Amino acid sequence: MQPVKLRSHGKAGRSTIKESWMEEAAYEAHRLAATTHPPDVRAALNKALERESKELPRFVMKAIVENSMVAEEDQRPICADVGVLRFFVVAGNEASMEGGFVALERAVRRATVRVTRDLALRSNRVHPVNRRNPGNNLGVFSPNIDYRFEPDADWIELIAVHKGGAFGSDFRMMVDGDGLNGVRKGLVDAIAEFGRRGLTCPPVIIGVGVGGTKDQAFSIAKQAAVLRPIGDRHPEPEIAALEDELFDLANSFGLGAMGYPGTGGYALDVHVEIAYTHSALTPLGVHQLCQAARRGVVRVHPDGSIETRPAPSWFSEFFRRAGI
Amino acid sequence: MRTFRLKTPLTEDAVRELRVGDVVYLDGKIHTGRALVYQHVLEKGNEPPIDLAATCNVQMHGAPAGAEGELGRYRISSIQATASFRYARWVPEYVRRYAIRAVIGKGGMDGAIYRDVFSRTGTVFLTTVGYGIAAIYGRGVRNVEAVYWKEELGLPEAMWVIEVGNFGPFIVDGDCTGASLADQANEVINPRFAEVYARMPQHVLKRMGEIAQSLEDEVIAGNAGCPDDAGAAPPSRGGRR
Ligand code: SF4
Repeated sequence: MQPVKLRSHGKAGRSTIKESWMEEAAYEAHRLAATTHPPDVRAALNKALERESKELPRFVMKAIVENSMVAEEDQRPICADVGVLRFFVVAGNEASMEGGFVALERAVRRATVRVTRDLALRSNRVHPVNRRNPGNNLGVFSPNIDYRFEPDADWIELIAVHKGGAFGSDFRMMVDGDGLNGVRKGLVDAIAEFGRRGLTCPPVIIGVGVGGTKDQAFSIAKQAAVLRPIGDRHPEPEIAALEDELFDLANSFGLGAMGYPGTGGYALDVHVEIAYTHSALTPLGVHQLCQAARRGVVRVHPDGSIETRPAPSWFSEFFRRAGI
Repeated sequence: MRTFRLKTPLTEDAVRELRVGDVVYLDGKIHTGRALVYQHVLEKGNEPPIDLAATCNVQMHGAPAGAEGELGRYRISSIQATASFRYARWVPEYVRRYAIRAVIGKGGMDGAIYRDVFSRTGTVFLTTVGYGIAAIYGRGVRNVEAVYWKEELGLPEAMWVIEVGNFGPFIVDGDCTGASLADQANEVINPRFAEVYARMPQHVLKRMGEIAQSLEDEVIAGNAGCPDDAGAAPPSRGGRR
């Protein structure tokens, strides 16, 4: 899928991104996330179906692939569990927005309410203590928005992520002596715990965060799972090699769809992100993104054009602070 | 795989015929329920406003992606079950009291429930496929007949009574002989984990409270729910034993 231009306002030379365009983009990102598997995910699910030779998991994989088509055709949510709706925003350093970031947040909140109603998304955000449900997926800290900034760019990229599932996440504080074996075992623990019985709804995309601070390890693991396309490799060759190794490890248990013994594979990919960490410690985070791997990516340009994109541009050299 | 198309309310004979691994499609009425429904009924003593046994003796552990339109009209876009082991402390009592013939859920339940409860009540556990092929299930929803306790429980977690047609596919995970499909799968998979673990050193620091590595199915173990203590305090999960 090439980037698709949805429309252009035809006002070349315009330099300010309007609030209404941001709302349109946020709505489209939500709609895409809810109803349409990204192209890399759909291709990988099809391959997993081809690889599967056992009757039970093959039946399941067929249904998963068919569901992907039905969701797009009927404009229904791929899964009823829409997770907790959230956004990642890549903001160009040179972008100028009418009303600034406050307007962007307003646009995102409005789009969230509208898409919840229009697509009959489950209103999934509730008060954590009294369980009251406002009914529109808004609330305290909700939807959460994470930002990163892109040098020299004049556009805004909105990435909606709908990730369901209580299962598959894990955290450990490793010490210096645990080394790479600690990373391997952390991954195996997470799969043994949540992959059996298929609680993670495999095939999954696994994100592993190694290092940084505790919360950083957990959040780069999440971002590695949800924001990197299948097949993407880390720019450091050593980490890319680790991704390949962990991918083989995750697929070595003969787990197929729903945790049934199968040949189709458990993980569609494994992405590792690293962050420089404490000299004595290495926090480890693991996230597993289910077969309903949902992200919608829409970019808004200052000339008013809005384009959908096949994959997020979240991870960059600048974002990783690799070249600074 | 044997495939069955069954009408609800399900009869005991139809249900006892099913075996793990069979595929089932449903026609008729079903109802939904998650923790809030169980608490509302079993702990707070509210009786369901309809005769469940006689009209819709299939319960789905799930909250639909649905919305309320004009004048109390509802629509469902997608529907999918949620992980069922969480409800183990209520399921036995609920199934017995309302003569539930099928529970539709995700991930199966502890095999002990199938053996000790379902085999006696004549109930099966139907797992959703995928698990989340919710758009396909959404196509099977014909009509939302009623949404009970919406004010008290919120729209998603209210008790939805839904008319379905060709609703499925579901796979039988637990049958009336007490067999469990997920347990059978784990018998094949567990030795492979054991092999890998045998080569791996332990982490120096364990998870909170964790003292040993075990291949016990810890996520659901301890959630078997004793048939006689429904509604009692939940068994504590503790750390990895
Ligand atoms: S984990 Fe399963 S049930 Fe939950 S959102 Fe993903 S596919 Fe749906």
